[in-house]
Amino acid sequence: MIENIRNILKEHARLSADISTLSDTSDLYQAGMTSHASVNVMLALEASFDVEFPDRMLKRTVFQSVSAIREAVEELTAGK
Amino acid sequence: MTDISAQDFHDALVAHKLIIPVGVPGAFGRGPVFEDVLRRFGDLVSEAAKGDVAEHMLFPPIIDRRVFEKSDYLESFPQLAGTIFSFSGNDAQHREMMNCVHEHKPWAQYQSMTDVVLAPAACYPIYPQLTGTLPEDGRLVDVQNWVFRHEPSPEPTRMQSFRIREMVRAGRPEQVADWRDMWLERGLALLRRLGLPAEPETASDPFFGRGGRMLAANQRMQKLKFEVVVPVLSAAKPTAVCSFNYHQDHFGLLFDIKTADGQVAHTACLGFGLERVTMALFRVHGYVTAEWPAEVRKVLWP
Repeated sequence: MIENIRNILKEHARLSADISTLSDTSDLYQAGMTSHASVNVMLALEASFDVEFPDRMLKRTVFQSVSAIREAVEELTAGK
Repeated sequence: MTDISAQDFHDALVAHKLIIPVGVPGAFGRGPVFEDVLRRFGDLVSEAAKGDVAEHMLFPPIIDRRVFEKSDYLESFPQLAGTIFSFSGNDAQHREMMNCVHEHKPWAQYQSMTDVVLAPAACYPIYPQLTGTLPEDGRLVDVQNWVFRHEPSPEPTRMQSFRIREMVRAGRPEQVADWRDMWLERGLALLRRLGLPAEPETASDPFFGRGGRMLAANQRMQKLKFEVVVPVLSAAKPTAVCSFNYHQDHFGLLFDIKTADGQVAHTACLGFGLERVTMALFRVHGYVTAEWPAEVRKVLWP
């Protein structure tokens, strides 16, 4: 899952640093991800994991780091 | 002040010849008394801003489509944008188009996109003018323009075309934030002097779609947008008459604007919705300016 998340970030987050140099807890916004880019990340995660982020999860902190995203995706795919 | 329906407020403005209906919602004309109040409010803004030594610029209410595409407006607000199309066909196509027009059939297929779009905010033409390195104190630009928003509504304060008096500050983050905070106080004081019960609030823009909900939540959480609101139709849902947007480095990155020390510049803008302020005055003080409180009249008609 981490691999998949990292690939999506590589393609959509428009980071100023190479994703492979960032740890799972690095702040993606600090690494250059804009609000608009985070929307594209969110949509790509939905398509890739076949989930839909509910309104309560459409916020900055949910997409702050690789591990925050993993936690959110795990919550959405639990019981699937 | 009791609440009023959108229709009753509209009808009262029309009855007092303040606005002139034209058939399309949100596109009404303005009467001379309405314009007098609007202009005088604009003069008060100029008076308040006098010491700031802003650069004044005037642009037409259209912008270069390339600037518009670059600005991310279409990404955030596709539902509000007004793209200008025009006819560029031959005689035969002209005849076909006119047949469709006369027969009330669709004729959009004879139109093609031009290089200009209607200005969605007064500040957009400014950012490309700021490209390059700013002076030590940054820059401050003061504009006023008609803007277009595709949101037809019977509610008089929600217009398709209206005027914004807008100022843009570019500079280092603290210069921009200080300027915004200073104007928030100044704007509140100005509106309260006119007897309007103005209050500041954290706000968000009407971003489109599900991604938009995320952008709006981000904007609120980071406190990037403030509005000054006044009860116009309802006390529970007051109307924004002034808005402050802190773009951080968004436009600095897009239009390559640098501070004197070589960092990406931050920008912020503030805009007074001139029609909305004017409508708020008529709603709060009554539809006949001669009957407005003496202290308010003294400020507007010194």
